[in-house]
Amino acid sequence: MKKNKRYWKGLEELRNDPELVKRADKEFPDYLPISESKRNGEEGSSRRDFLKMMGFGISAATLAACEAPVKKAIPYVVKPVDVDVTIPNYYASTYLDGGDYCSIVVKTREGRPIKVNGNDLSRVTSGGTSAQVQASVLSLYDKQRLQGPVANGQPVSWSELDQNVSAQWRSAGGQRVIVSYTVLSPSTQAAINALVEAFPGTQHIMYDPQPADGMLAANKAMFGKAVLPTYDFSQANVIVSFGADFLGTWVAPISYAKQYATTRKLNKNKKSMSRHYQFESNLSLTGANADYRTPIKPSQEGLVIGQLYNLIAAKAGGSAANFTKTDEIPNLQKAANDLLNARGASLVVSGSNDPAVQMVVNQINQLLGNYGTTLTMDQASYYRRGSTAALERLVQDAQAGRVGGVIFYNCNPAYDYFGAASLVEALSKVKVKIATSDRIDETSALADFIAPDHHYLESWNDAEPQQGQFSLAQPTITPIFDTRQAQSSLLTWAGSSETNYYNFLRSRWRENLFGTQSEDTDFDRFWDRALYNGVLEAEGTSLLTAGADDSSFANVGTSVAALASTINNNYKGGEGVELVLYQKVAIGSGRQANNPWLQEMPDPITKTTWDNYLTIPQSMASEMEITTKEGFTGLVQLTVNGQSYRMPVVVQPGQAPGTVGIAVGYGRNRAGKVADQLGVNAYPMASKVNGSFVYFNAGEVTVENLDEEYRLAQTQTHETFMGRETVIQDAVLAEYQEDPKAGRFEYELETSEGPKPPEDISLWHGHKYPNHHWMMAIDLNSCIGCAACTISCQVENNVPVVGKQEVINRREMHWLRIDRYYSSDEVSDAKEMEKASANPEVVFQPMLCQHCNNAPCETVCPVLATTHSTEGLNQMTYNRCIGTRYCANNCPYKVRRFNWFKYHDNEQFAAVNVAMNTDLGKMVLNPDVTVRSRGVMEKCTFCVQRIQLGKLEARKQGRRPQDGEIDTACAEACPTDAILFGDANDPTSKISQLINEETEGRAYHVLQEIRVSPNIYYLTKIRNKDQEETNA
Amino acid sequence: MEVTTSPVRDPLITGRKTLHDITHDISYQVERKPTVSWLLALATSLGVLAIGLYAVWRTVWDGIGMWGNNKTVGWAWDITNFVWWVGIGHAGTLISAILLLFRQRWRNSINRAAEAMTIFAVICAAMFPILHTGRPWLALYWMFPLPNVFGSLWIDFNSPLVWDVFAISTYFTVSLVFWYIGLIPDFATIRDRAKGIVSRTIYGALSFGWTGGAKTWERYESISLILAGLATPLVLSVHTIVSFDFATSVIPGWHTTIFPPYFVAGAIFSGFAMVLTLMLITRRVYRLEDYITIQHIELMNIVIIVTGSIVGVAYLTELFMAWYSGVEYEQYAFLNRATGPYWWAYATMMTCNVVSPQLFWFKKIRTSIVATFVLSIVVNIGMWFERFVIIVTSLHRDYLPSSWVMFYPTLYDVGVYMFTFGLFFTLFFLFAKFFPVINMAEVKTILKSTSDNPAKHHKTEVGEKDVATQKI
Repeated sequence: MKKNKRYWKGLEELRNDPELVKRADKEFPDYLPISESKRNGEEGSSRRDFLKMMGFGISAATLAACEAPVKKAIPYVVKPVDVDVTIPNYYASTYLDGGDYCSIVVKTREGRPIKVNGNDLSRVTSGGTSAQVQASVLSLYDKQRLQGPVANGQPVSWSELDQNVSAQWRSAGGQRVIVSYTVLSPSTQAAINALVEAFPGTQHIMYDPQPADGMLAANKAMFGKAVLPTYDFSQANVIVSFGADFLGTWVAPISYAKQYATTRKLNKNKKSMSRHYQFESNLSLTGANADYRTPIKPSQEGLVIGQLYNLIAAKAGGSAANFTKTDEIPNLQKAANDLLNARGASLVVSGSNDPAVQMVVNQINQLLGNYGTTLTMDQASYYRRGSTAALERLVQDAQAGRVGGVIFYNCNPAYDYFGAASLVEALSKVKVKIATSDRIDETSALADFIAPDHHYLESWNDAEPQQGQFSLAQPTITPIFDTRQAQSSLLTWAGSSETNYYNFLRSRWRENLFGTQSEDTDFDRFWDRALYNGVLEAEGTSLLTAGADDSSFANVGTSVAALASTINNNYKGGEGVELVLYQKVAIGSGRQANNPWLQEMPDPITKTTWDNYLTIPQSMASEMEITTKEGFTGLVQLTVNGQSYRMPVVVQPGQAPGTVGIAVGYGRNRAGKVADQLGVNAYPMASKVNGSFVYFNAGEVTVENLDEEYRLAQTQTHETFMGRETVIQDAVLAEYQEDPKAGRFEYELETSEGPKPPEDISLWHGHKYPNHHWMMAIDLNSCIGCAACTISCQVENNVPVVGKQEVINRREMHWLRIDRYYSSDEVSDAKEMEKASANPEVVFQPMLCQHCNNAPCETVCPVLATTHSTEGLNQMTYNRCIGTRYCANNCPYKVRRFNWFKYHDNEQFAAVNVAMNTDLGKMVLNPDVTVRSRGVMEKCTFCVQRIQLGKLEARKQGRRPQDGEIDTACAEACPTDAILFGDANDPTSKISQLINEETEGRAYHVLQEIRVSPNIYYLTKIRNKDQEETNA
Repeated sequence: MEVTTSPVRDPLITGRKTLHDITHDISYQVERKPTVSWLLALATSLGVLAIGLYAVWRTVWDGIGMWGNNKTVGWAWDITNFVWWVGIGHAGTLISAILLLFRQRWRNSINRAAEAMTIFAVICAAMFPILHTGRPWLALYWMFPLPNVFGSLWIDFNSPLVWDVFAISTYFTVSLVFWYIGLIPDFATIRDRAKGIVSRTIYGALSFGWTGGAKTWERYESISLILAGLATPLVLSVHTIVSFDFATSVIPGWHTTIFPPYFVAGAIFSGFAMVLTLMLITRRVYRLEDYITIQHIELMNIVIIVTGSIVGVAYLTELFMAWYSGVEYEQYAFLNRATGPYWWAYATMMTCNVVSPQLFWFKKIRTSIVATFVLSIVVNIGMWFERFVIIVTSLHRDYLPSSWVMFYPTLYDVGVYMFTFGLFFTLFFLFAKFFPVINMAEVKTILKSTSDNPAKHHKTEVGEKDVATQKI
């Protein structure tokens, strides 16, 4: 028998360890987690635990794969001394854009400028702002800005650029020229002068897209100074303006609007107001506010002014001149009479750029004795110092090859100069071209070197808008990109010993302005005070001078007889169509065209956004068989001087028959994604009269209907208020003087106890407001419709921009809109009432949430997302809103806005709503206000975040909030103080005093009879017209 | 109580049907294989549903902005469709509840399909209150007074939209229960006839163990009466409450006390029209001419004349009140409806709703199947326009002329409407195939008493029905 072989599995088995024997019959070792449950306190995990762990592990791993949103809230490692998180800082500064000026206070949060307000300390702008100023903070965060210096299309370093520029500038043969807009900053002028001095023979040319050469030339001839006068509209009882849109776009509208509004305000103690005549072709913002407005053709303008001169001269002792007679001009005689009755307290202005015409205007003001009262040459204004003639000469010189180098200092003549095409052509013959533009625009695209300037909110600067009125600009943020202050660039290229512009500026203030005051003996204290205030008054000191090149202004005689023949030659008033250029309140000359807030701001007159268009009179529309409805309009072909343009039309009531209007500032090619290809560039359409470029063309202009449909993005398509007297209540001054309630529509309901006002009948018990009761009053008389409030609201409250298509879909988001109504001829027939008069009366009505005490929106919300606060506010709880839109339907004022789409972080809106779609753009958002999500309703909150902040600040100091401490963004921005906000429970507040005074006077509720009991009062519109001439 | 055929009344069931014939005629449609035409019809409605679903998806994914609604016209096709579908539902309830209480036994042939239509129409209607909200994922449950962790957050009982939620959900629940209870005996019949295990199981489950005992029948009768009693006020209340969405607002053209009766009449009007549209097709396809006779059609057309005339009077009253009120906005709202930019919608509404039903005064027209079919569609077009006129033309020009706008629908407005059509017909075709389209049990109860020459009595296999017949 064979011996059995033995195999063993391991040494343990061979040795027959007791351990092994013990475990031999067990298939699985004990420590494996296979038992169903732990055995009496045994360590280790059960199979169930294993499953649990695996389940958790898998789900955790899966969840981890989902991308969590990256929050970019990075805490300060070292807290800057003057930055407290969530607490805003305010810095006084200056808005400067060519010759446009505004003294401002910049609100910053965590080092980011987020809002621009007016500076109350400024005597020039007195705390007023404009839409352009309000919107400028977004231009800071414009992604289209250059992120560093560029040489020949390639990014370079600053030192490289400086080397190249210095070398090339030095070696540039021929003439060297610096081109800029009007320079309003004395220190900038000094920096330019430094470069001029470093390279003797260098010329500095200033020009303005909205030129005032005519006025400068006239003033030079009459007063020896090529400067603008300083106007004081507040002293004028009678104002006659010929095409000068001084409330909207002409020279310094913020200042003028402020002054003008003081003459338009009425109250118990002041029952008189100025009378305003406007003679113009396009319906301008100013014309819309006039008491008497007469449409005239631009080719008549000189003659009409001449006739006014004759009418005045006949009674005021001047010599009459032989101006060609025109057809009877309505209201001209009346204007002359009123002017004569208000000698020394009247004002005639003209927007003409013809020196001869401006000279006649000067003569009229002289005859009326207005110099020294309503306007003065003793205090020069420097808003316009440019000479288009000088730029014209540059083009000729360049074409002739005489120019070796050009520096374009923050200007864009390849776009906004009337002869841009010839300039572009001529530039090819210039060897060295340098630009300091902040982006690759039409001009800098042609430049060899671009040394991008800071945005004004990143810059140091100063300004002298009027003689003796100085202001400082200070950076409110560290430069976002690798840009450099243009003045530093100029100083560097000049080889100056001081190239830091801040030091340069400081030393200039030390030299020139420190000595003008005696308040501070220490310069640092003086500097700090000036910087803190933002403004400095130094009576009698002037650092700026007249236009850079005085000799370039046309020679114009003062003899009216000679002027008459010049004017008669130039103004013949043909039969053809005449084209009038104008600036839009929002877009202006087009420098901020890439700002979507401005593009989407409805034009105060046409209520159109995102476009320019030809405004045509009603008569022309019916001739050409063009009808417009709901933004649907026709395309026309406009031919000017042989050049054709396709553009849509707007049938504009008030447009002078035989004229058409078009806004400049559009048709940009290289402004950026927002503005490019919008509209048509109208600058080349300008013509020359008497040697000056003028904003009209009475030459060969034809308009041809193309019979093609086009849709404009208009926010208001209905023109009249349909005779609804509870909406617009107006009267004429004489009626008001007799009865302060003149024009009020006092509705009474029939009841069993006789007629009663709706206030007396209610099913509701009303709300109790034990603490505050916020109310607002809007004075329709001083509201000029400029829409600064609309933009201010948009900035403050993170209101999204929706773009052209969504405006076409009637879904703009503005919380505050300005309703513009025209009067109609017919007062009974509903169909006829829809048509505006040919030359209508215009009324502007800011419309925002009325914060009704019996709010119809509040009762219908199924989820209580909109409720009433104990302070009278109608509140929106965005988080609770499910978006039924019932509240918006039931709002009689239609002020609620719905988030139809997700406007933030959405590719669809990235191009237009830049403030909510890029990291850079989002820096402008107000952190105190929620960015609303899709599907929720939003509306005016009365700036509840400001109310809360004001109350908290007061509580910290153990007191009640003071009147004026808490203000809404709209009221704050208003250049005419037409909006008043405050606590009606505070008997000393302005608002409660106003309500006390005016409830038996001009104060009314819109739609009073439906008894929603709004918290906003409107004050009736009073026109200074003669009684019999009013349109009902 | 044995009822005999009245000598002055026309028979309700024609064709000398026996009880067996009835069972066979109705159950046969359920039992046989799907026909090609049915498959085609179902495929078409599924196709429409799919297209509609795309529109719904884009609306939910991208936002209400896909539609044509705007800052002034916050509601347009969405709520128009909602009111239209709810209105359509009303006929079913009226037929099943009110006519039952009034012992209008001609209803027995049509109540099943009419009730089904009610339920499907309410389902379609209910899509809009959810879809029209900006955030439907929240609206789905925030509209209900559910306990929540948001603190004291509750719904607003002042809001007509909340009343709507209650009205519609109550209506849907009662209608569904009523309909289903009526289905139980018929499901049992099908179960008893079923040959396949699948259908026997399914119909067995659906029939809730129906035995057909006398006690069961008695309970069936009682619950029918109770539910009819419950449903009757709903016929009036649901559309009254829907009309409150408008009547309680401040918008001229909405703020009208006449709305509740006017809406109810309009609802019945459109509901009957829709019942006729569907019934005429079903009758033809399923060869049910003996059950749904010309007399049925005529009687329903008479209801259409009556309700159409009520609606017409309401339109005229509105115009009169607008003038008589002396309220400028009210007057303009109606002037604008008739002569403004949407005059064509108003004209369509007037023609379709007021003029066209008057044609039924002619016996020839109201007994003509083709004319009835055409007019029933015309009426429903008119009723859609009525809601469009009320909603859009009141909103588009209300108080402040600055906000006056036009409303232009987009493809997505159309798409979402198509979605509900797809849904409705898909459900209806499934119903028509798998459920007995005529209430066999109830039709049998009127066979003896009201059919022509019901001489041929014989014992049927569902002898229980005879018991029921005797009971009436």
